[in-house]
Amino acid sequence: METEQLLLNMGPVHPSTHGVLRFKLRMDGEIIRDCQVVMGYLHRGTEKLGEMKTYLQFVPYTDRLDYIAAMPNNYAYVKAVEELAGIEVPERAEFIRVLCMELNRVVNHLVFLGSLLLDLGASTPIMYGFREREKALQLFEMLCGARMTFNYIKPGGVREDLPEGFIPKLNEFMKDMEKRVDDYEQLINGNEIFLLRMKNIGVISAEEAVNYGMTGPSLRGSGVKYDIRRLEPYSIYPDLDFKVCSYPEGDSYARYMVRIDEMRESLHILRQVADNMPPGKAATTQRYGIAPETGIPSSVMSYFPRIFTPPPGEVYSRIEAPKGELGFYVVSDGTTKPYRIKIRSPSFCNLVAIPSMIVGLKIPDLIAAFGTIDVVLGDVDR
Amino acid sequence: MWTGDGMNAYELIVSILYSIDVYDLLLDAFRSAGMEYALRVIIVLVELAVLFGFVLITVMFLTWMERKVVAMVQSRYGPMVTGPRGLLQPVMDGIKLIGKEDIIPAGADRWIFTLAPFVVFVAALLVFIPLPFGYSLIISDLKVGLLYIIAISAVSPVAILLAGWASNNKYSLMGAMRAVAQDISYTIPLALAAIAVVVFTGSLSTVDIVNAQSGTLFGIIPKWFIFITPLGFILFLIASIAEMGRIPFDFQESEQELVAGFFTEYSGMKFAMFFLAEYAHLFAVSGIVVTLFFGGWTGPVLGNIPVQITSLIYFLIKTYAVIFFAMWLRDTVPRVRIDQLLNLGWKIMVPLALLNLLFAGFVVTAGVI
Repeated sequence: METEQLLLNMGPVHPSTHGVLRFKLRMDGEIIRDCQVVMGYLHRGTEKLGEMKTYLQFVPYTDRLDYIAAMPNNYAYVKAVEELAGIEVPERAEFIRVLCMELNRVVNHLVFLGSLLLDLGASTPIMYGFREREKALQLFEMLCGARMTFNYIKPGGVREDLPEGFIPKLNEFMKDMEKRVDDYEQLINGNEIFLLRMKNIGVISAEEAVNYGMTGPSLRGSGVKYDIRRLEPYSIYPDLDFKVCSYPEGDSYARYMVRIDEMRESLHILRQVADNMPPGKAATTQRYGIAPETGIPSSVMSYFPRIFTPPPGEVYSRIEAPKGELGFYVVSDGTTKPYRIKIRSPSFCNLVAIPSMIVGLKIPDLIAAFGTIDVVLGDVDR
Repeated sequence: MWTGDGMNAYELIVSILYSIDVYDLLLDAFRSAGMEYALRVIIVLVELAVLFGFVLITVMFLTWMERKVVAMVQSRYGPMVTGPRGLLQPVMDGIKLIGKEDIIPAGADRWIFTLAPFVVFVAALLVFIPLPFGYSLIISDLKVGLLYIIAISAVSPVAILLAGWASNNKYSLMGAMRAVAQDISYTIPLALAAIAVVVFTGSLSTVDIVNAQSGTLFGIIPKWFIFITPLGFILFLIASIAEMGRIPFDFQESEQELVAGFFTEYSGMKFAMFFLAEYAHLFAVSGIVVTLFFGGWTGPVLGNIPVQITSLIYFLIKTYAVIFFAMWLRDTVPRVRIDQLLNLGWKIMVPLALLNLLFAGFVVTAGVI
């Protein structure tokens, strides 16, 4: 019998593409013969916008990149600006920043867990994940009043010091969360159907993953112990004790397990940070080149100005965001606005590896593999 | 007075009318007009209206129950606003669906597109005909009741294929193809597991199957077929969940993969028809599971309450227990992949069902029951 291949446009409006992403699939019945990822539906010109804003004004825009985990975005940009302008940050501020980022990593992996299982057809885990996430979001709300787009980390420190009663609430959350991670493992890892859907699906070798520029948990799922927190330590990470989680299999299940383990490691880091929180200021007290034309000191951070001019130069700074390596390349021409901002987002680089994972498999496998890559379209398209 | 054996609902209505001295009057009135058959037609219509009303109310209740069970599992409340504990939510949903625009896609085959939801719904309703709701509460005790049920269940995939094909949508088509593949591979273990029960009873009539399960085994446990052939029960349950198209086997819709599968393009009342059919089917299949393996409406006799009422209550309790299980399962497990399901069907369930049939043959030959 003569059969014909079917061209299936999956997305940009589809329940499982996690936003406005489109797959162009060439199907042979249920089997995917060719896959092309089409992105750009959420392009907002963030990088160009950065050239129109002062250094401080751009911080809220970084919140909108990976909106599931916005703290690392804030930090990655702020770190680049601080390196560019040579701003010193008090130790307490660095502790608070790491606390925020690791808490956000837990939040990110909770959302990952829920949405992955939802993609596989189980509707309950996302509710459980969001139940725990809510507690973490309440902590963020205590910190800065926002739940998702924080605009909390700023050059020179953080916007406000820890509020009263924050650390006890955080300890409560961690105590609860440690039990919950065990619960998830019990509920999900032993499920035969889950294992059928995840094991040996969407396999990518370490070499191929590196060639595609994959980073973060998705790369560590292929057995490469690549973690910028260890390889190029920043902030207070050199002093912290944590493992770099990796699994050698390279399949969907390995990528899932990496994230489960990372949740535990993040909680471990959080505990260290919360126990050793140093006293002091949460923002720098030094004065930096106040722009001559205004000279208005900021009301929020009384010493650090709203407008400042870093010396001409360029810097690329990268951090380990929950989804992988997040890098900001910032060029200064000695004015109050950056000359150029380039964002290297983990979701984008991880996403392009999808076709090589799923050609020859079926649509449900595409959904499963795509779920384990854990992309946020705001981060892909910028 | 109501204990004529082997009655069906028609005869039950007649005997009730007779016992309140109305039947003779009615019969005389119709006879004098020369329309004796009209009375019969009216009674049958009343019977069907009661069944239809029952199915509609059940479906509405089931949609509410489904949401409440999901909410319970997911530690939230579910519908709470419309009516007490959200009980009127299905009514509101119905009103909303009636108010929706009825869209037929440009490239669709209008006639088949419109026909398909009705075929699905009618097929789901027809399954209720030989389903014994209680003692003598059965529309028609067909001599081939079980065969009839299995045959009617095979109609809905045809309608789903019609819907998927007529929608002119690739997702719909794939959903429909999956539904057919799934149905072909699951009707066989389903039928084989049911045949094991027929081997015990020697009859395809659902009433005979229920009657064969009254009494006890070894004096304590009820003589339900689940205790005699647990393997057959498990096979039948898995196959019927696949037949119902519920998670973990809901490939025909599989939201995360095919958007909504075969009813992607349907809206308004046509969508509601699929929805109604799905829940009517859920109830019917659960009722069949109860009839075949949980002794149907059998249960202890309670004082002088008419057995028709107690048996109906027993039947509903058992059926809702099976429905609850199906809902619970839906909230607990992810979906398997279509090829994995077909593997399970052909390579594991069909051989096991044959083995179970062999076992049933031995049990009957050895004279255990």
